[in-house]
Amino acid sequence: MRAGNTMADQSKNGRNEAPLVVSGLHKSFGSQKVLNGVDLTVARGETVAVLGKSGMGKSVLLKLIVGLQQPDSGSIRIHGQDIVRIGMDQLNEIRIKIGFLFQQAALYDSLTVEQNVEFPLVRHTTLSNEERKKKAHDLLASLGMEKDLDKMPSDISGGMQKRVGLARALALDPDILLFDEPTSGLDPITAAEIGQLIVKLKKERNMTSVVVTHDVHGAKSFADRLVLLREGKVVIDGTFGQLEKSPDPFVVQFMKDAA
Amino acid sequence: MDAIGSKSFPLVALAGAATGVVLSLQTRDSLTRFGAKAMLPAVIVFSLIKESGPVITGLIVSGRVGAGIGAELGSMRVTEQIDAMEVSAVNPYKFLASTRVLACFLMLPLLTLAADASGILMGWISTTLSQPMTLQLFLHSGLKNATLNDFLPPTFKTMVYGLIIGFVSCFQGMRTRGGTEGVGRSATSSVVLSSLFIILADVILVRFIQVFFPS
Repeated sequence: MRAGNTMADQSKNGRNEAPLVVSGLHKSFGSQKVLNGVDLTVARGETVAVLGKSGMGKSVLLKLIVGLQQPDSGSIRIHGQDIVRIGMDQLNEIRIKIGFLFQQAALYDSLTVEQNVEFPLVRHTTLSNEERKKKAHDLLASLGMEKDLDKMPSDISGGMQKRVGLARALALDPDILLFDEPTSGLDPITAAEIGQLIVKLKKERNMTSVVVTHDVHGAKSFADRLVLLREGKVVIDGTFGQLEKSPDPFVVQFMKDAA
Repeated sequence: MDAIGSKSFPLVALAGAATGVVLSLQTRDSLTRFGAKAMLPAVIVFSLIKESGPVITGLIVSGRVGAGIGAELGSMRVTEQIDAMEVSAVNPYKFLASTRVLACFLMLPLLTLAADASGILMGWISTTLSQPMTLQLFLHSGLKNATLNDFLPPTFKTMVYGLIIGFVSCFQGMRTRGGTEGVGRSATSSVVLSSLFIILADVILVRFIQVFFPS
Protein backbone atom coordinates (compact mmCIF):
# COMPACT_ATOMS: atom_id res chain seq x y z
CA MET A 1 0.00 0.00 0.00
CA ARG A 2 1.70 3.22 -1.19
CA ALA A 3 0.38 5.63 1.37
CA GLY A 4 0.80 3.17 4.21
CA ASN A 5 4.54 2.92 3.62
CA THR A 6 4.92 6.68 3.50
CA MET A 7 3.07 6.95 6.75
CA ALA A 8 5.29 4.34 8.34
CA ASP A 9 8.35 6.38 7.40
CA GLN A 10 6.80 9.51 8.79
CA SER A 11 5.87 7.94 12.07
CA LYS A 12 9.43 6.88 12.88
CA ASN A 13 10.01 10.19 14.64
CA GLY A 14 7.10 9.64 16.95
CA ARG A 15 7.53 5.93 17.48
CA ASN A 16 7.90 6.24 21.26
CA GLU A 17 5.04 8.67 21.65
CA ALA A 18 1.42 7.64 22.15
CA PRO A 19 -0.35 7.46 18.77
CA LEU A 20 -2.70 10.27 19.74
CA VAL A 21 -1.82 13.21 21.97
CA VAL A 22 -4.11 16.23 22.26
CA SER A 23 -2.80 19.21 24.25
CA GLY A 24 -4.48 22.44 25.30
CA LEU A 25 -7.10 22.30 22.57
CA HIS A 26 -9.35 25.35 22.24
CA LYS A 27 -12.19 25.77 19.77
CA SER A 28 -14.91 28.40 19.59
CA PHE A 29 -17.76 29.02 17.18
CA GLY A 30 -18.38 32.75 17.34
CA SER A 31 -18.79 33.66 20.97
CA GLN A 32 -19.52 30.07 21.99
CA LYS A 33 -16.52 28.28 23.49
CA VAL A 34 -16.84 24.59 22.68
CA LEU A 35 -13.45 23.28 23.77
CA ASN A 36 -11.54 25.14 26.43
CA GLY A 37 -8.15 23.51 26.87
CA VAL A 38 -8.71 19.79 26.36
CA ASP A 39 -5.82 17.41 27.01
CA LEU A 40 -6.08 13.77 25.99
CA THR A 41 -3.51 11.04 25.44
CA VAL A 42 -4.47 7.68 24.00
CA ALA A 43 -1.89 4.89 24.22
CA ARG A 44 -1.39 2.25 21.54
CA GLY A 45 -4.14 -0.37 21.68
CA GLU A 46 -6.17 1.64 24.15
CA THR A 47 -9.88 2.43 23.81
CA VAL A 48 -10.96 5.73 25.34
CA ALA A 49 -14.59 6.78 25.59
CA VAL A 50 -15.29 10.52 25.56
CA LEU A 51 -18.48 11.27 27.47
CA GLY A 52 -20.50 14.36 28.07
CA LYS A 53 -23.87 15.94 27.59
CA SER A 54 -25.00 17.04 24.13
CA GLY A 55 -23.25 20.19 22.90
CA MET A 56 -20.17 19.68 25.09
CA GLY A 57 -17.85 19.45 22.09
CA LYS A 58 -17.38 15.67 21.88
CA SER A 59 -17.97 15.42 18.13
CA VAL A 60 -16.02 18.63 17.53
CA LEU A 61 -13.05 17.00 19.28
CA LEU A 62 -13.16 14.09 16.82
CA LYS A 63 -13.47 16.43 13.83
CA LEU A 64 -10.44 18.37 15.06
CA ILE A 65 -8.44 15.15 15.48
CA VAL A 66 -9.11 14.16 11.88
CA GLY A 67 -8.54 17.65 10.51
CA LEU A 68 -12.10 18.39 9.38
CA GLN A 69 -11.99 21.53 11.51
CA GLN A 70 -9.11 23.66 12.71
CA PRO A 71 -8.61 24.42 16.42
CA ASP A 72 -8.15 28.00 17.63
CA SER A 73 -5.10 26.90 19.61
CA GLY A 74 -3.47 23.78 21.00
CA SER A 75 -1.85 20.82 19.33
CA ILE A 76 -2.93 17.42 18.05
CA ARG A 77 -0.07 14.98 17.61
CA ILE A 78 -0.71 11.81 15.66
CA HIS A 79 2.21 9.38 15.60
CA GLY A 80 4.39 12.25 16.79
CA GLN A 81 3.37 14.69 14.06
CA ASP A 82 1.41 17.81 14.88
CA ILE A 83 -1.44 17.94 12.37
CA VAL A 84 -2.73 21.39 13.27
CA ARG A 85 -0.67 23.45 10.86
CA ILE A 86 0.47 21.03 8.20
CA GLY A 87 -0.28 21.01 4.48
CA MET A 88 -3.18 19.10 2.98
CA ASP A 89 -0.93 16.44 1.40
CA GLN A 90 0.71 15.64 4.74
CA LEU A 91 -2.66 15.67 6.48
CA ASN A 92 -4.05 13.24 3.91
CA GLU A 93 -1.15 10.85 4.51
CA ILE A 94 -2.05 10.84 8.20
CA ARG A 95 -5.76 10.51 7.49
CA ILE A 96 -5.11 7.28 5.62
CA LYS A 97 -4.06 5.71 8.92
CA ILE A 98 -7.17 6.93 10.73
CA GLY A 99 -10.57 5.28 10.39
CA PHE A 100 -13.64 7.36 11.18
CA LEU A 101 -17.14 6.02 11.82
CA PHE A 102 -19.64 8.86 11.48
CA GLN A 103 -22.71 9.20 13.65
CA GLN A 104 -25.05 8.51 10.70
CA ALA A 105 -22.48 6.27 8.95
CA ALA A 106 -22.22 8.82 6.06
CA LEU A 107 -22.25 6.10 3.39
CA TYR A 108 -22.08 7.29 -0.22
CA ASP A 109 -25.71 6.92 -1.19
CA SER A 110 -25.06 6.49 -4.90
CA LEU A 111 -22.75 3.49 -4.32
CA THR A 112 -23.59 -0.04 -3.21
CA VAL A 113 -22.46 -1.45 0.12
CA GLU A 114 -19.50 -3.18 -1.56
CA GLN A 115 -18.54 -0.07 -3.56
CA ASN A 116 -18.61 2.01 -0.37
CA VAL A 117 -16.01 -0.26 1.21
CA GLU A 118 -13.98 -0.38 -2.00
CA PHE A 119 -13.93 3.42 -2.37
CA PRO A 120 -10.83 4.12 -0.21
CA LEU A 121 -9.08 1.08 -1.70
CA VAL A 122 -9.65 2.40 -5.23
CA ARG A 123 -8.25 5.79 -4.32
CA HIS A 124 -5.26 4.79 -2.19
CA THR A 125 -4.03 1.32 -3.11
CA THR A 126 -2.68 -0.45 -6.16
CA LEU A 127 -4.78 -3.56 -5.50
CA SER A 128 -6.35 -5.21 -8.54
CA ASN A 129 -10.11 -5.22 -8.97
CA GLU A 130 -10.34 -8.82 -7.70
CA GLU A 131 -8.11 -8.09 -4.71
CA ARG A 132 -10.21 -5.05 -3.80
CA LYS A 133 -13.41 -7.01 -4.06
CA LYS A 134 -11.98 -9.80 -1.92
CA LYS A 135 -10.81 -7.35 0.73
CA ALA A 136 -14.19 -5.58 0.78
CA HIS A 137 -15.98 -8.94 0.95
CA ASP A 138 -13.74 -10.17 3.79
CA LEU A 139 -14.23 -6.98 5.78
CA LEU A 140 -17.99 -7.03 5.32
CA ALA A 141 -18.10 -10.76 6.15
CA SER A 142 -16.18 -10.14 9.38
CA LEU A 143 -18.93 -7.69 10.34
CA GLY A 144 -21.77 -10.00 9.27
CA MET A 145 -22.66 -8.08 6.12
CA GLU A 146 -21.56 -10.53 3.41
CA LYS A 147 -25.12 -11.06 2.14
CA ASP A 148 -25.77 -7.39 1.46
CA LEU A 149 -22.93 -6.49 -0.90
CA ASP A 150 -25.13 -5.26 -3.74
CA LYS A 151 -27.66 -3.38 -1.64
CA MET A 152 -27.83 0.39 -1.62
CA PRO A 153 -27.31 2.18 1.74
CA SER A 154 -30.96 3.32 1.70
CA ASP A 155 -32.07 -0.34 1.61
CA ILE A 156 -30.37 -1.38 4.86
CA SER A 157 -31.08 -0.56 8.50
CA GLY A 158 -29.25 1.98 10.67
CA GLY A 159 -27.29 -0.75 12.47
CA MET A 160 -26.26 -2.32 9.17
CA GLN A 161 -25.22 1.09 7.84
CA LYS A 162 -22.95 1.51 10.86
CA ARG A 163 -21.37 -1.88 10.15
CA VAL A 164 -20.74 -0.89 6.54
CA GLY A 165 -19.35 2.45 7.73
CA LEU A 166 -17.05 0.53 10.06
CA ALA A 167 -15.94 -1.78 7.24
CA ARG A 168 -15.15 1.29 5.12
CA ALA A 169 -13.24 2.85 8.02
CA LEU A 170 -11.17 -0.35 8.32
CA ALA A 171 -10.50 -0.72 4.60
CA LEU A 172 -7.06 0.91 4.66
CA ASP A 173 -5.99 -0.94 7.84
CA PRO A 174 -5.85 2.15 10.04
CA ASP A 175 -4.19 2.00 13.44
CA ILE A 176 -6.42 4.68 14.98
CA LEU A 177 -10.20 4.44 14.89
CA LEU A 178 -12.54 7.29 15.79
CA PHE A 179 -16.19 6.55 16.52
CA ASP A 180 -18.77 9.33 16.66
CA GLU A 181 -21.77 8.10 18.69
CA PRO A 182 -21.57 4.56 17.28
CA THR A 183 -24.61 3.36 19.22
CA SER A 184 -26.91 6.37 18.94
CA GLY A 185 -30.27 5.69 17.34
CA LEU A 186 -29.83 1.93 17.62
CA ASP A 187 -31.88 -0.57 19.60
CA PRO A 188 -30.14 -1.98 22.72
CA ILE A 189 -29.28 -5.31 21.06
CA THR A 190 -27.69 -3.71 17.98
CA ALA A 191 -25.95 -1.15 20.21
CA ALA A 192 -24.48 -4.01 22.27
CA GLU A 193 -23.33 -5.71 19.05
CA ILE A 194 -21.53 -2.55 17.97
CA GLY A 195 -19.88 -2.43 21.41
CA GLN A 196 -18.76 -6.05 20.95
CA LEU A 197 -17.32 -5.16 17.54
CA ILE A 198 -15.22 -2.40 19.14
CA VAL A 199 -13.86 -4.92 21.66
CA LYS A 200 -13.23 -7.43 18.87
CA LEU A 201 -11.28 -4.86 16.84
CA LYS A 202 -9.20 -3.97 19.87
CA LYS A 203 -8.31 -7.63 20.47
CA GLU A 204 -7.73 -8.63 16.85
CA ARG A 205 -5.99 -5.50 15.54
CA ASN A 206 -4.63 -3.85 18.71
CA MET A 207 -6.52 -0.79 17.55
CA THR A 208 -6.18 2.60 19.23
CA SER A 209 -9.71 3.97 19.50
CA VAL A 210 -11.55 7.07 20.65
CA VAL A 211 -15.27 6.59 21.05
CA VAL A 212 -17.52 9.60 21.52
CA THR A 213 -20.71 8.52 23.24
CA HIS A 214 -23.29 9.54 25.81
CA ASP A 215 -23.91 5.91 26.75
CA VAL A 216 -21.87 5.47 29.96
CA HIS A 217 -22.87 1.87 30.57
CA GLY A 218 -22.22 0.91 26.94
CA ALA A 219 -18.81 2.53 27.24
CA LYS A 220 -18.08 0.45 30.34
CA SER A 221 -18.17 -2.68 28.18
CA PHE A 222 -15.61 -1.58 25.59
CA ALA A 223 -13.55 1.33 26.98
CA ASP A 224 -10.32 1.11 28.98
CA ARG A 225 -10.71 4.71 30.09
CA LEU A 226 -13.52 7.21 30.20
CA VAL A 227 -13.09 10.96 29.79
CA LEU A 228 -15.91 13.25 30.84
CA LEU A 229 -16.19 16.69 29.24
CA ARG A 230 -17.96 19.67 30.73
CA GLU A 231 -17.98 23.16 29.27
CA GLY A 232 -15.10 22.29 27.00
CA LYS A 233 -12.86 20.91 29.72
CA VAL A 234 -11.99 17.43 30.94
CA VAL A 235 -13.68 16.94 34.31
CA ILE A 236 -12.36 13.45 34.96
CA ASP A 237 -10.18 10.95 33.10
CA GLY A 238 -10.19 7.43 34.52
CA THR A 239 -11.72 3.97 34.60
CA PHE A 240 -15.43 3.34 35.04
CA GLY A 241 -14.72 2.48 38.69
CA GLN A 242 -12.95 5.79 39.22
CA LEU A 243 -15.88 7.66 37.73
CA GLU A 244 -18.27 5.81 40.03
CA LYS A 245 -16.20 6.71 43.07
CA SER A 246 -15.53 10.33 42.10
CA PRO A 247 -16.72 12.89 44.69
CA ASP A 248 -17.03 15.60 42.01
CA PRO A 249 -20.70 16.72 42.12
CA PHE A 250 -20.91 16.96 38.32
CA VAL A 251 -19.55 13.42 37.88
CA VAL A 252 -21.87 12.11 40.58
CA GLN A 253 -24.86 13.74 38.90
CA PHE A 254 -23.78 12.54 35.44
CA MET A 255 -23.44 8.95 36.63
CA LYS A 256 -26.76 9.20 38.45
CA ASP A 257 -28.52 10.52 35.35
CA ALA A 258 -26.93 7.81 33.20
CA ALA A 259 -28.04 5.00 35.53
CA MET B 1 -21.45 13.88 -19.05
CA ASP B 2 -24.41 11.57 -19.58
CA ALA B 3 -26.39 13.21 -16.78
CA ILE B 4 -25.52 16.71 -17.91
CA GLY B 5 -25.40 16.20 -21.67
CA SER B 6 -27.67 13.52 -23.05
CA LYS B 7 -30.27 13.85 -20.31
CA SER B 8 -30.57 17.59 -20.97
CA PHE B 9 -30.86 17.03 -24.72
CA PRO B 10 -34.67 16.59 -24.98
CA LEU B 11 -35.37 19.69 -22.90
CA VAL B 12 -32.84 21.84 -24.77
CA ALA B 13 -34.08 20.60 -28.16
CA LEU B 14 -37.68 21.34 -27.16
CA ALA B 15 -36.79 24.83 -25.97
CA GLY B 16 -34.85 25.46 -29.19
CA ALA B 17 -37.78 24.20 -31.27
CA ALA B 18 -40.25 26.44 -29.43
CA THR B 19 -37.95 29.41 -29.96
CA GLY B 20 -37.74 28.66 -33.67
CA VAL B 21 -41.54 28.57 -33.97
CA VAL B 22 -41.99 31.76 -31.94
CA LEU B 23 -39.33 33.58 -33.97
CA SER B 24 -41.08 32.56 -37.18
CA LEU B 25 -44.53 33.63 -35.92
CA GLN B 26 -43.41 36.89 -34.36
CA THR B 27 -41.08 38.21 -37.04
CA ARG B 28 -43.18 37.30 -40.08
CA ASP B 29 -45.72 40.08 -39.46
CA SER B 30 -43.04 42.68 -38.72
CA LEU B 31 -40.99 41.80 -41.78
CA THR B 32 -44.12 41.79 -43.99
CA ARG B 33 -44.97 45.27 -42.67
CA PHE B 34 -41.52 46.54 -43.71
CA GLY B 35 -41.52 44.68 -47.01
CA ALA B 36 -38.71 42.39 -45.99
CA LYS B 37 -40.56 39.07 -45.85
CA ALA B 38 -37.81 37.38 -47.87
CA MET B 39 -35.46 37.98 -44.95
CA LEU B 40 -37.46 35.68 -42.64
CA PRO B 41 -35.17 32.59 -42.95
CA ALA B 42 -32.07 34.74 -42.32
CA VAL B 43 -33.65 36.42 -39.30
CA ILE B 44 -34.61 33.05 -37.79
CA VAL B 45 -31.22 31.45 -38.45
CA PHE B 46 -29.15 34.44 -37.31
CA SER B 47 -31.26 34.98 -34.19
CA LEU B 48 -30.89 31.36 -33.22
CA ILE B 49 -27.20 30.80 -33.86
CA LYS B 50 -25.99 34.16 -32.59
CA GLU B 51 -28.08 34.65 -29.47
CA SER B 52 -31.27 32.70 -28.78
CA GLY B 53 -29.76 29.21 -29.07
CA PRO B 54 -26.75 29.82 -26.78
CA VAL B 55 -28.64 31.81 -24.14
CA ILE B 56 -31.64 29.49 -24.03
CA THR B 57 -29.32 26.49 -23.73
CA GLY B 58 -27.43 28.18 -20.90
CA LEU B 59 -30.59 29.05 -19.00
CA ILE B 60 -32.21 25.64 -19.51
CA VAL B 61 -29.07 23.81 -18.38
CA SER B 62 -28.62 26.14 -15.42
CA GLY B 63 -32.18 25.29 -14.36
CA ARG B 64 -31.94 21.56 -14.85
CA VAL B 65 -28.29 20.77 -14.14
CA GLY B 66 -27.49 23.64 -11.77
CA ALA B 67 -30.33 22.68 -9.45
CA GLY B 68 -29.31 19.03 -9.66
CA ILE B 69 -25.67 19.68 -8.81
CA GLY B 70 -26.56 22.11 -6.01
CA ALA B 71 -29.01 19.66 -4.46
CA GLU B 72 -26.81 16.60 -4.92
CA LEU B 73 -23.68 18.12 -3.40
CA GLY B 74 -25.77 19.88 -0.76
CA SER B 75 -27.32 16.59 0.25
CA MET B 76 -23.87 14.98 0.38
CA ARG B 77 -22.67 17.85 2.57
CA VAL B 78 -25.48 17.67 5.14
CA THR B 79 -25.29 13.87 5.37
CA GLU B 80 -21.53 14.11 6.00
CA GLN B 81 -20.67 12.19 2.82
CA ILE B 82 -18.28 14.97 1.79
CA ASP B 83 -16.68 14.88 5.25
CA ALA B 84 -16.34 11.10 4.86
CA MET B 85 -14.58 11.68 1.56
CA GLU B 86 -12.16 14.16 3.16
CA VAL B 87 -11.50 11.76 6.01
CA SER B 88 -10.69 9.11 3.39
CA ALA B 89 -7.98 11.51 2.16
CA VAL B 90 -9.86 12.18 -1.07
CA ASN B 91 -10.15 15.81 -2.17
CA PRO B 92 -13.90 16.32 -2.70
CA TYR B 93 -13.31 19.43 -4.79
CA LYS B 94 -11.21 17.45 -7.22
CA PHE B 95 -13.34 14.31 -7.11
CA LEU B 96 -16.84 15.81 -7.11
CA ALA B 97 -16.57 19.39 -8.36
CA SER B 98 -13.93 19.31 -11.10
CA THR B 99 -15.63 16.46 -12.95
CA ARG B 100 -18.96 18.31 -12.94
CA VAL B 101 -17.42 21.61 -14.04
CA LEU B 102 -15.58 19.86 -16.88
CA ALA B 103 -18.76 18.07 -18.00
CA CYS B 104 -20.68 21.38 -18.08
CA PHE B 105 -17.83 23.04 -19.97
CA LEU B 106 -17.78 20.35 -22.66
CA MET B 107 -21.50 19.69 -22.98
CA LEU B 108 -22.84 23.23 -23.36
CA PRO B 109 -21.58 23.79 -26.95
CA LEU B 110 -22.97 20.41 -28.03
CA LEU B 111 -26.35 21.15 -26.47
CA THR B 112 -26.30 24.57 -28.15
CA LEU B 113 -25.89 22.86 -31.50
CA ALA B 114 -28.97 20.77 -30.68
CA ALA B 115 -30.96 23.87 -29.73
CA ASP B 116 -29.85 25.66 -32.92
CA ALA B 117 -30.69 22.69 -35.15
CA SER B 118 -34.12 22.03 -33.65
CA GLY B 119 -34.91 25.77 -33.68
CA ILE B 120 -34.01 26.11 -37.34
CA LEU B 121 -35.97 22.97 -38.23
CA MET B 122 -39.10 24.09 -36.39
CA GLY B 123 -38.64 27.64 -37.71
CA TRP B 124 -38.73 26.21 -41.22
CA ILE B 125 -41.80 24.05 -40.46
CA SER B 126 -43.64 27.04 -39.03
CA THR B 127 -42.64 29.21 -41.99
CA THR B 128 -43.50 26.62 -44.62
CA LEU B 129 -46.98 26.10 -43.16
CA SER B 130 -47.90 29.68 -44.09
CA GLN B 131 -45.60 30.07 -47.09
CA PRO B 132 -44.46 26.73 -48.49
CA MET B 133 -40.73 26.42 -49.22
CA THR B 134 -38.26 23.56 -49.19
CA LEU B 135 -35.85 23.09 -46.29
CA GLN B 136 -32.99 23.45 -48.76
CA LEU B 137 -34.26 26.85 -49.90
CA PHE B 138 -34.90 27.92 -46.30
CA LEU B 139 -31.35 27.00 -45.28
CA HIS B 140 -29.86 28.56 -48.38
CA SER B 141 -31.71 31.83 -47.72
CA GLY B 142 -30.85 31.76 -44.05
CA LEU B 143 -27.17 30.87 -44.33
CA LYS B 144 -26.09 32.57 -47.56
CA ASN B 145 -24.61 35.59 -45.77
CA ALA B 146 -23.42 33.74 -42.69
CA THR B 147 -19.73 33.36 -41.91
CA LEU B 148 -17.92 31.15 -39.43
CA ASN B 149 -17.63 34.18 -37.14
CA ASP B 150 -21.42 34.26 -36.97
CA PHE B 151 -21.55 30.66 -35.86
CA LEU B 152 -18.43 29.51 -34.00
CA PRO B 153 -17.83 32.25 -31.38
CA PRO B 154 -21.48 32.31 -30.19
CA THR B 155 -21.47 28.51 -29.96
CA PHE B 156 -18.18 28.32 -28.08
CA LYS B 157 -19.10 31.17 -25.75
CA THR B 158 -21.42 28.65 -24.09
CA MET B 159 -18.30 27.00 -22.67
CA VAL B 160 -18.14 30.04 -20.40
CA TYR B 161 -21.78 29.43 -19.46
CA GLY B 162 -20.81 25.83 -18.66
CA LEU B 163 -18.03 27.03 -16.37
CA ILE B 164 -20.45 29.42 -14.66
CA ILE B 165 -23.06 26.70 -14.10
CA GLY B 166 -20.45 24.22 -12.88
CA PHE B 167 -18.58 26.55 -10.54
CA VAL B 168 -21.63 28.30 -9.09
CA SER B 169 -23.66 25.17 -8.43
CA CYS B 170 -20.70 23.19 -7.04
CA PHE B 171 -19.81 26.11 -4.76
CA GLN B 172 -23.41 26.47 -3.57
CA GLY B 173 -23.71 22.73 -2.99
CA MET B 174 -20.40 22.40 -1.14
CA ARG B 175 -21.19 25.23 1.28
CA THR B 176 -24.65 23.92 2.19
CA ARG B 177 -25.64 24.23 5.84
CA GLY B 178 -28.87 23.52 7.67
CA GLY B 179 -30.25 20.11 6.70
CA THR B 180 -32.90 19.57 4.04
CA GLU B 181 -33.92 23.22 4.12
CA GLY B 182 -30.32 24.12 3.33
CA VAL B 183 -30.30 21.67 0.41
CA GLY B 184 -33.37 23.42 -1.02
CA ARG B 185 -31.70 26.79 -0.60
CA SER B 186 -28.57 25.55 -2.37
CA ALA B 187 -30.56 24.20 -5.31
CA THR B 188 -32.46 27.47 -5.66
CA SER B 189 -29.42 29.70 -5.30
CA SER B 190 -27.50 27.56 -7.81
CA VAL B 191 -30.17 28.21 -10.44
CA VAL B 192 -30.73 31.87 -9.60
CA LEU B 193 -27.06 32.82 -9.44
CA SER B 194 -25.92 30.82 -12.46
CA SER B 195 -28.81 32.22 -14.57
CA LEU B 196 -27.97 35.73 -13.45
CA PHE B 197 -24.26 35.31 -14.17
CA ILE B 198 -25.04 33.81 -17.59
CA ILE B 199 -27.09 36.86 -18.53
CA LEU B 200 -24.38 39.21 -17.29
CA ALA B 201 -21.63 37.20 -18.99
CA ASP B 202 -23.63 37.28 -22.23
CA VAL B 203 -23.46 41.07 -22.31
CA ILE B 204 -19.69 40.99 -21.96
CA LEU B 205 -19.20 38.09 -24.36
CA VAL B 206 -21.34 39.62 -27.11
CA ARG B 207 -19.23 42.77 -26.99
CA PHE B 208 -16.05 40.68 -26.89
CA ILE B 209 -17.14 38.71 -29.96
CA GLN B 210 -18.06 41.89 -31.83
CA VAL B 211 -14.58 43.28 -31.19
CA PHE B 212 -12.44 40.20 -31.76
CA PHE B 213 -14.57 38.18 -34.21
CA PRO B 214 -16.31 40.76 -36.45
CA SER B 215 -18.78 39.38 -39.01
